[in-house]
Order: sequence, then structure tokens, then C-alpha cells
Amino acid sequence: MQRLTFLRHVAACVVAAGAFAPVHAQNDGGSLHGNFSTDAQYYLEDSIIGAVMPPQRFAANAWTNLIYTNKNFEAGIRLESYEPPLAGYPAGQPYKGTGVGYRYIKYTMADLEVTFGNFFDQFGQGMAFRSYEERYLGVDNAMDGFRVRYKPYHGIYLKGLMGQQRFGFDNGFTKGVGIVRGADVEINLAELMDTSWTSASNLIIGGSFVSKYQADNSSQLVLPENVGTWAARLHYTSPKWDLYTEYAYKINDPNNRNGFIYKPGQAMLVNATYSVKGFGASLGAHSFDNMFYQSDRTSPSAFDLNINFLPPLTKQHTYNLPATLYPYATQPNGEVSGQGELFYKWRKGTKLGGKYGTKLAVNYSVAYALDTTQLGAADDTTRRLGYTSRIFVPSDRMYFSDLNIELRKRVSETWELALTYLNLVYDIDIIQGKPGKAKVYGDMFILEGLHNFTDRTSLRFEVQHLSTKQDQGNWATALAELTFSPHWFLAGMVQYNYVGNEDLEAKGQDPLAYPLGSVGYIRGGNRFQVNYGRQRAGIFCVGGVCRQVPASNGLSLSITSTF
Amino acid sequence: MKVLTALLSFALLTSAALAQNPSKLPSATVQTLEGKKVDTRTLNNDGKPMIINFWATWCAPCKKELNAIAEKYAQWQKETGVKLVAVSIDDARSMNRVKPYVNGQDWDYEVYLDPNGDLKRALNVNNVPHTFLVNGKGEIVWQHNNYEPGDENELYRKVLELVGRK
Repeated sequence: MQRLTFLRHVAACVVAAGAFAPVHAQNDGGSLHGNFSTDAQYYLEDSIIGAVMPPQRFAANAWTNLIYTNKNFEAGIRLESYEPPLAGYPAGQPYKGTGVGYRYIKYTMADLEVTFGNFFDQFGQGMAFRSYEERYLGVDNAMDGFRVRYKPYHGIYLKGLMGQQRFGFDNGFTKGVGIVRGADVEINLAELMDTSWTSASNLIIGGSFVSKYQADNSSQLVLPENVGTWAARLHYTSPKWDLYTEYAYKINDPNNRNGFIYKPGQAMLVNATYSVKGFGASLGAHSFDNMFYQSDRTSPSAFDLNINFLPPLTKQHTYNLPATLYPYATQPNGEVSGQGELFYKWRKGTKLGGKYGTKLAVNYSVAYALDTTQLGAADDTTRRLGYTSRIFVPSDRMYFSDLNIELRKRVSETWELALTYLNLVYDIDIIQGKPGKAKVYGDMFILEGLHNFTDRTSLRFEVQHLSTKQDQGNWATALAELTFSPHWFLAGMVQYNYVGNEDLEAKGQDPLAYPLGSVGYIRGGNRFQVNYGRQRAGIFCVGGVCRQVPASNGLSLSITSTF
Repeated sequence: MKVLTALLSFALLTSAALAQNPSKLPSATVQTLEGKKVDTRTLNNDGKPMIINFWATWCAPCKKELNAIAEKYAQWQKETGVKLVAVSIDDARSMNRVKPYVNGQDWDYEVYLDPNGDLKRALNVNNVPHTFLVNGKGEIVWQHNNYEPGDENELYRKVLELVGRK
């Protein structure tokens, strides 16, 4: 049956392409573009690092997108293949087989745009609604339905949409049971009023309402079948200042994630920045309370069927150790967090800038649990109300803190150096769901260097060290990357896990080394990369959603292509 | 069989694509750092070449590339009139950091936000950094997906070719 469905999709796609052909020939319009990407791995046994060994030995994720556009008409399709998927992929509901993962048609007429089929969209920064994809994580909550965007007047934007969300993949995308509907209004004053005030400053206000429907299938509880969320936002900008705030309120929504309590949810974020050439500073705060909002109240995982997006307020690191060992993930059930950041550039010719200039970046973020008081266990009705709390009031349980300072400087015509210090507190019990494990306290030092031998040839290296007495103990990483612009690169990385913890040493754990070599070739929009060696278990995060990647040993290949 | 059918239809469609004319910028809505919405079909540089660079605050090679170009940008502009449009794909998590970051780096680029990847998808970008070169007629004539030190020289050679100076 699945197979028939798939063939029908492909047939439709081929027929559609055929139908476009005469159009293509008749006028100057009409173009077809797309991309392709694959990540494949051949797995080798390696019991020392506890490497995964899937029965199929060879696994590959592959995607290809095609977009056809002709004047105001657009159609797109994405084929996906997981035969089988890479070990540990995706984060939530399993993906298997080959088929259509996404398809849509869209047309625009003057100020009206209509999309049918799959689409991604967000209201404001997404606290009430966001459908998006992060392919490398296996997160995709694309809507399948229709959307209308209309601009009735300069600076006024209306959106309405409804549909179901993508859930998993079984020879084609599968959908969750719930229906999602939403509407959004945005008023952009600079576009609305063409005044001299708005030439330098702008005020944007927006509001949205989202609702989900799911039948009440419980024999014990009376569940709300329609759960609404409203949100409001305000954005002020001027050349130097920027202020953004968004608030969302959700009515009671008993679900798997909150233990089926009848408490409403709230979320708020505030962010202010000030910047001029050579200097930038920002200050932000978030608080979330009971804000999981999924289109299936019994969703088995926190990764699937999310209607909203609650951004974590921490820096997304680029170096391997801080990025993949202890990254933070938002706690939608209750969190109070803050972040401050500063960028400064000492220009060339100044005392600290020297001949080439010096750059400084300082970032601090912290997240706490929300302070809550459980309601009486005596009677079930009260207990079902969950707890009392106030937004932005933290408890004394710190989930996370990260202080990092980076200094970057070109020291000569051919050398550039960067030094980073990072101090971390990480509640692994909550963030990675490992109950009973001790909180991790760590310090990291990272040195990065770049040397240009010629215009085209350069060597980049990184030395990273994490010292901690908890979890897996110390890590050291060394990386060297030789690049031959614009086509080739060769890289080698070794990670070394050795313990600085007497308990672990007493258990006789030997230091472990993870060597990995890579070769890459790039030509225009095509990129090929081959890796061979050990890859340690890690957490791979994009935009605050994290996927655990198991340890593996083997040969892997990645290809990306855009045409 | 399923895979075969998929591959066949893919091959069929790509062969059609290869026969087409140089492509123009697709239509997608991005935002300026001041929150104004811009249709990407209206992006232009008055008949001179334009570089479109996809980047993010969490992408180390992207920042290296934009910093490397920043050191030469004034000279490039003077010699060829080229303009660089930097499209940040930072999402709600980090889009608020883009403006202070860009100013902190002292960049002079035209910067846009593409927080839900609308333009990224429309241009079939897989990952960042990804650079497109657009000629004076608004046609995409060259692209590159990656950054290695020195790639900016290759890019500039292509810009010089476009303005007829080698």
C-alpha cells in the first residue's frame, strides 16, 4: 500500500514535469533547480569505544529537492531515502524506506500568496507557531495543508494556515493525528507610514492565534479537544538600538510531557541590543512555564509534532568540545534564563589593536529551573492543576551556566591566533535526561591558529582541553586542517579521553583515543568529504534541538550538491 | 524498484534543468536588521555584480570568510562596484545576536535575516557557507559551497571577469 502511494506520488511528479514542458518551451519563464545531499557510513566493529554496529553495516540518509518556478507559479518536491538511516538518526519517530518527504505548489498574485501541500512558516520568533526542518538532526515538523499570505496595504501582513504536521517517515512522510490552525497579523510602521521618523527607526507589532484539535480519547479524563495559544510581539529598532519582546499564553493542555495537568502555559522573551561600528552588546531574558505544545498530546517524544519553538538562550559554540559534549537544550516545562554578550574590536593602529586589529567576544548565559509549588495531593482535582508558579521567578536549581571569553588577533601577515576560555556548569540529569548523574563543572581552554603559506595554501589547527572531575573526566582534542583553495582539504583530528577523577581511575578506565582523518573536494556547488576513523559519542545540536550521536568506527562519506 | 523509479524521475527532471537559461534570483521574503521585509527578487546592484553569501553566527568558516573579505571589501568596491549581501540563516535562537555581531565585527555588508530558511530553501542551499555570484542582469553565474582561506581570491577573480577586467 505504501509502495503504491509512493508510485502515485512519483507518477504525479513526472506527469507534472511533463505538463510544464510545453510551458517551458512556449515562453522565457520556467526553471528547474534543486539540490542533493547524502551522509553515508560503513560501520566497523570497535568494542573498546562501544561503537554501534547496525546489522546492515552500511547506512545512508539521502535527500534531493526539486523546485520548478515559472513566473508566479512554483512547485517543489523532496525525495528522501533511509535504507536504513544512520545509527542514532533521527531524534524522534523512526524514518525508513524511500519516498516523498515534502511536496507543494504555490502561486502569487499581486499581494496574495497561496501554498498547498507542505510548507514551513513561523509567527514572530515562533513561541506560538513554527514549522521548520533541521535535516541533520532529523527534526521536521512540516505542515501539510494550506496557507494564505495576504498584504492588504503597505506594512500590513496577514497569514492564515491549517493542516497536519509531519510525524515520521515510512516510504513517504507520515502525519500526526492533530490538526493545527493559525492566523497572524503583523504591522510594520516604517512601511505603513512613510515619515522621517521611520526612516531611522521602526516599530513592528504582531499578534497571532494558534489552535490545535485532537479528539478526546481518554476514558478517565475530560480532555480539552481544542487547545488555543495566543501570542503578541513588539520589535523596536533604531540604528543603534534594537528591542524585541514576545509573549505567548496557552490554555490548559494536559499532555504526556506535563503529566496531564490542567495548568495553562506561558512563555516570554525579551532581548535588547546596542551596537555601533566596532562595538556590540546584547542582553536577553527568557522564561517558559508549561509550554510544551504538541499536536498530539500523547506524542511519544519531545522531538516530534511540536507546534511552537522555544529558543534556548545560550551561545551556540563552534569548537568541537563545547559544541558537542555539554550543549544546553531548552526546558519547556519550566525555565528562567538570561544572557549577556559583548563584542569589541580594537581597530588597527590603536594600542591594543596593533598593526591588524584585535577582536574580543565575551558571553555569559545562565538557566535556572522555574520556582514551583506542587498543589495538594489530597484530592485528585486539585492535584490535576499541577503547581503554582510565577513567570521569571527562578528556583535555586541551576541547570546551566556558561561564561566564555574569546580573543582573536592577526599577529602577522601570515598568522592569525584565537584564544578561548570557557567555564561551564551543566545539569546533566535534566538536560540529557540521565537521572542521578552529578552536575558537571568544567573549564576549557582552546587555542586556534591559522597560517597562510601562500594565497591558496594554509594550515589551521586547534588545541582544545576540557578539565572536569565529573561524567567522563578530561578531554583533549587536537585538529589540523590543510587547505588548498579552492578545491581540496585534508584534515586530521584526535580526541583523547583521560580521566582526572580518582573514582574513575580506580575503576581502571584506560585513556581512550579517537583518531579521525578527512579528505574533501569542492567544486562549485558540489562538495565531497570522506572520513575514516573513530567518532566519539556526542550531542549534535542545531538551534537548541539536540540529537545523541552514538560512538562509531568506520568510513563515512558526505556529498552535497546544488544545481 | 522504488529507488529505481525515484532515480529515473530524478534523472528526467535534472536533464530538463540542465537545458535551461541562467537563473534569476528566486522570490522569497527576508528581513533587514531593521525588520523591514524585502522580496529577494528586488535585490540588485544597479547593473554591477553582487555576491550573495549565506552564513550564521554559529558557523566558524562563514565568519572567517566574511572577515577575510571585510579586509579587502573597500578595495573590491572601489575597483569593481561589487556589493556583498550577507544572508544570515540564524533562527530565533540567535537572530537577535546578528546585529550586534555584525557591528562588533565592523562589517560594511548589506545584511538580511532568513530565520526560517525561506531563501535558503529557494536557492537549494544545503549548508553554510554557500556563496553565489550574480551578474549585472541579476543572473546567478557562479556558486561555491565551502570556505577555505584563499577562496575569496577565487571569488574576486570571478567578479573581475564579470566586469571585464582580468
